[in-house]
Amino acid sequence: MGLHTIRLNINGQLRNASVRSNTLLADLLREDFRLTGVHIGCDTSQCGCCTIHLDGEAIKACSILAVQAHDHSIITIEGLASSDGKLHPVQQAMIDCHGLQCGFCTPGIVMLLVDFLRKFPNADEWSIRRALDGNLCRCTGYQHIIDAALKVVTNNNPKPLNSGQGSDREKDV
Amino acid sequence: MYDFTYRRPRSVKEAEEFLRTSFEPQLLAGGMSLLPSMKVRLSAPSTLVDLSDLSELKRVKVENGQLEIGAMIRHFNVLTDAKVIELIPGLSELASGIADHQVRYRGTIGGSMANADPAADYPAAALALNAEFITNHRRISCDDFFLGMFTNALDESEILCRISFRIPLASCYIKIPHPSSGYAMTGAFVAKYEDGYQIGVTGAASTYFRHCDMEIALNNGAKANECLKIAAPDNDYISDIHASAAYRQNLVRVVIANAIEKLHSLDS
Repeated sequence: MGLHTIRLNINGQLRNASVRSNTLLADLLREDFRLTGVHIGCDTSQCGCCTIHLDGEAIKACSILAVQAHDHSIITIEGLASSDGKLHPVQQAMIDCHGLQCGFCTPGIVMLLVDFLRKFPNADEWSIRRALDGNLCRCTGYQHIIDAALKVVTNNNPKPLNSGQGSDREKDV
Repeated sequence: MYDFTYRRPRSVKEAEEFLRTSFEPQLLAGGMSLLPSMKVRLSAPSTLVDLSDLSELKRVKVENGQLEIGAMIRHFNVLTDAKVIELIPGLSELASGIADHQVRYRGTIGGSMANADPAADYPAAALALNAEFITNHRRISCDDFFLGMFTNALDESEILCRISFRIPLASCYIKIPHPSSGYAMTGAFVAKYEDGYQIGVTGAASTYFRHCDMEIALNNGAKANECLKIAAPDNDYISDIHASAAYRQNLVRVVIANAIEKLHSLDS
């Protein structure tokens, strides 16, 4: 109960907010900061549409309290492109490979892939499919999203890949 | 979500103080089960005591020949930690199959153990690895820690700080995941020691259990295909829309046989 004053870095800017204990981070970002690219599809941690980066890690903003983000750093889809408007390589690959249709799940999927491909730049198709476990898309059937992710991997690795490279731990079940 | 009081202690001692003095308190670890269950009021604590600032609960170390993992270590850290991968690879493998990528960044090993979901993955490892649960007051053996569905032995001012695991020669975890939630319909953690095998089973019954007949057979040299002939013990198997009790009981021997086969292939 009561209000908490929190301070957080959102898309590179220091911001203050006054939040109730029960305010979810997804609601704070949408309602107070109008970052409406944080989509809320389910509010039950299933769909992944609200995926953002907290200290560089892709998490679901509907499943963390806003007050928990105090003193942390957040990137949303709005903060991904560079200031001159150049899209992030994952965003560009999603366009090039037709990785979206209605677009509702897209911000979450882009934020997930940016984090995952940063951690596992040599990821193979299998581990990318597994990484998308927590993101639901009802339009594309996922294949073009996978294609987009694989295009980013190829661009990261100009030389041909040996099979078996990638995230062994993620692959190993 | 309904309103509640939020507290963020700076030390285990302060957390214990908050537990003693707050109204209807509940510890918040990663919140991946607690927050969703609060949204639908399956849980309704009046005070949340958030453990996320307690760095003393975020260490992985080898202590007296055991691997000790802090309660606030996230699944992603278990999955990627070099000591875990080297000493108990089955535990890292287990963590890779919990929920999804985003949830693995938030959910913690301590939170999962304390929540004691009958289909959670870690408790199978706890049984096979003789886990000891170290709290701010005492050490609790695995046999005494899990009391049943969603019930643990922690008292009201007790905080799970670390979990200590016996280090096996080899280890492996296999589960049949529920296709939607990823929780174990049945999962088995097999650990091989110099003095024999130990097997923990989760997801199949209302409580986790060891499969002692199977352990004895393996100690006597049984092969994976022979494991398939050893029925799972009678137990309070879960029956629901996804699988009947008989189906889950049957899965027990299947997942263990698969795990043994994998363990032997890693060995050779």
